Amino acid sequence: MSYLDRALADMRNDLHNLQIFFRDTFHHFRKDVRLEWRSRDSIVGMLFFTLLVLVIFSLSFDPTSDVSRQIVGGILWVSLLFASFTSLNGSWTREQRNRVLEAQRMAPSPPAALFLGKALANLLFTLIVEIFLAPLFIIFYNLHVLGQAWKLALVMPLGTWALVCNGTFFAAMGLRTRNRELLLPLILVPVSLPALLGMMMATTAILTGESSPDLWIRLLVAYNIAFTIVCLLLFDTVLSAE
Amino acid sequence: MQRSRIFGSIGVVWFCLTLAAIAYATRLGLFLAPVDALQGNVFRIFFYHVPHSMLSLLFPYVNFIASLCYLYWRRRDPLKALNADAVAIASAEVTVVYASICLWTGMLWGRVEWGIWWTWDPRLTSMLLLWLLYVSYLMLRKLSSTGQTHTLAAVLSVFAAIDVPIVYMSIQWWRTQHPAPVFFSSDPNAGVDKSMYPAWFWNLGAWAMWGIFLVVFRYALERRRQASEQDAALQAIEASLEMAQ
Repeated sequence: MSYLDRALADMRNDLHNLQIFFRDTFHHFRKDVRLEWRSRDSIVGMLFFTLLVLVIFSLSFDPTSDVSRQIVGGILWVSLLFASFTSLNGSWTREQRNRVLEAQRMAPSPPAALFLGKALANLLFTLIVEIFLAPLFIIFYNLHVLGQAWKLALVMPLGTWALVCNGTFFAAMGLRTRNRELLLPLILVPVSLPALLGMMMATTAILTGESSPDLWIRLLVAYNIAFTIVCLLLFDTVLSAE
Repeated sequence: MQRSRIFGSIGVVWFCLTLAAIAYATRLGLFLAPVDALQGNVFRIFFYHVPHSMLSLLFPYVNFIASLCYLYWRRRDPLKALNADAVAIASAEVTVVYASICLWTGMLWGRVEWGIWWTWDPRLTSMLLLWLLYVSYLMLRKLSSTGQTHTLAAVLSVFAAIDVPIVYMSIQWWRTQHPAPVFFSSDPNAGVDKSMYPAWFWNLGAWAMWGIFLVVFRYALERRRQASEQDAALQAIEASLEMAQ
């Protein structure tokens, strides 16, 4: 075969592998969504937990509507962060029942597809929770967005993906540790701190209209790109860590 | 055996030299360096604090490179991989020690000099986040199950290393968007007079030697621990073979 033929064959092979990757990702995503839909544990749990944190913060600070615009960004993301700890761990315990994880490891499908499918499913669940929470936040804090409200539609998914992507990865890392529930927050929070800063600053900037959120949105995009790539590349190592 | 004896004697010599260097540097810093015009004798903590801060930014890179080596050799050459892992844990622990000293002496200095224990300015916040990242690395090592510890820790180290520049940039932006009072001049050497150079360089050198000594000592401890683990595993296998007969 000439060099050109070999190159074309390689390209066709790569495209085929990519197609298999996305197909498997979609199957994993569909499986997770279906499992979650049957019990709705995760979504309801996250929703209620975030609501409770919201109420606790209202009791602690009793903000006026000016002050509330300054702090709501932080409160929203802190409560989502804490709510996501349990749901992220739960998304992997689903795989441990009936030793499904061993089957996944032995299957010829790319492990990164399992990770991506699960992370996308977790993203969907968290976004659903956020959609239900938004009116509650507006009500409890008498929020009136002073900046460009449409940018929130950028910040919410970007911020959520930053939490969910790293969270799903670290939850998988903690699968066979003792004190699994303790490990996830311990390793997730330090690594996510720049993203958390970006999410909170961007949300506060949009709500108060005092500064531009663009810098923070750019930080979130860069963070997401860097860490999504790292997670996809290293998931295979983590899954077969023994 | 010969090799380890040679390393052992080099180690003892290095340790003695390090102690001598630390003693001399401390004497220079505490007694012989001139009193600072603005800050008085409190300034002397600078000679202890700044070398530790600078060195605590160096050891994470050692950890990162060792973790990469571990991940590369994990399947190809397990013995080399174990070696790399020992270097990784040693440098991570020394990073945490040096970062803790940096934070604590910085707080003491700040409290006496400017009346505040802490401020969320770029440098302090980045140092705190670095400390948090490597403490989380050590926690992962402690909590993970034995077969997987090395691999998971190496993966986390990659995450931490990629995170450090992002943390640095994001904290800079955070603090320049909402400017906080600047308590430190941007260059730690801005106020250093030529007469203080000997104390400064001797302290930097002495604490660097001490840091290297700590990393190599911890590395040797870890290698011994790995060897005894392997011996125990071998004994268990032999015992099980005997039982089968």
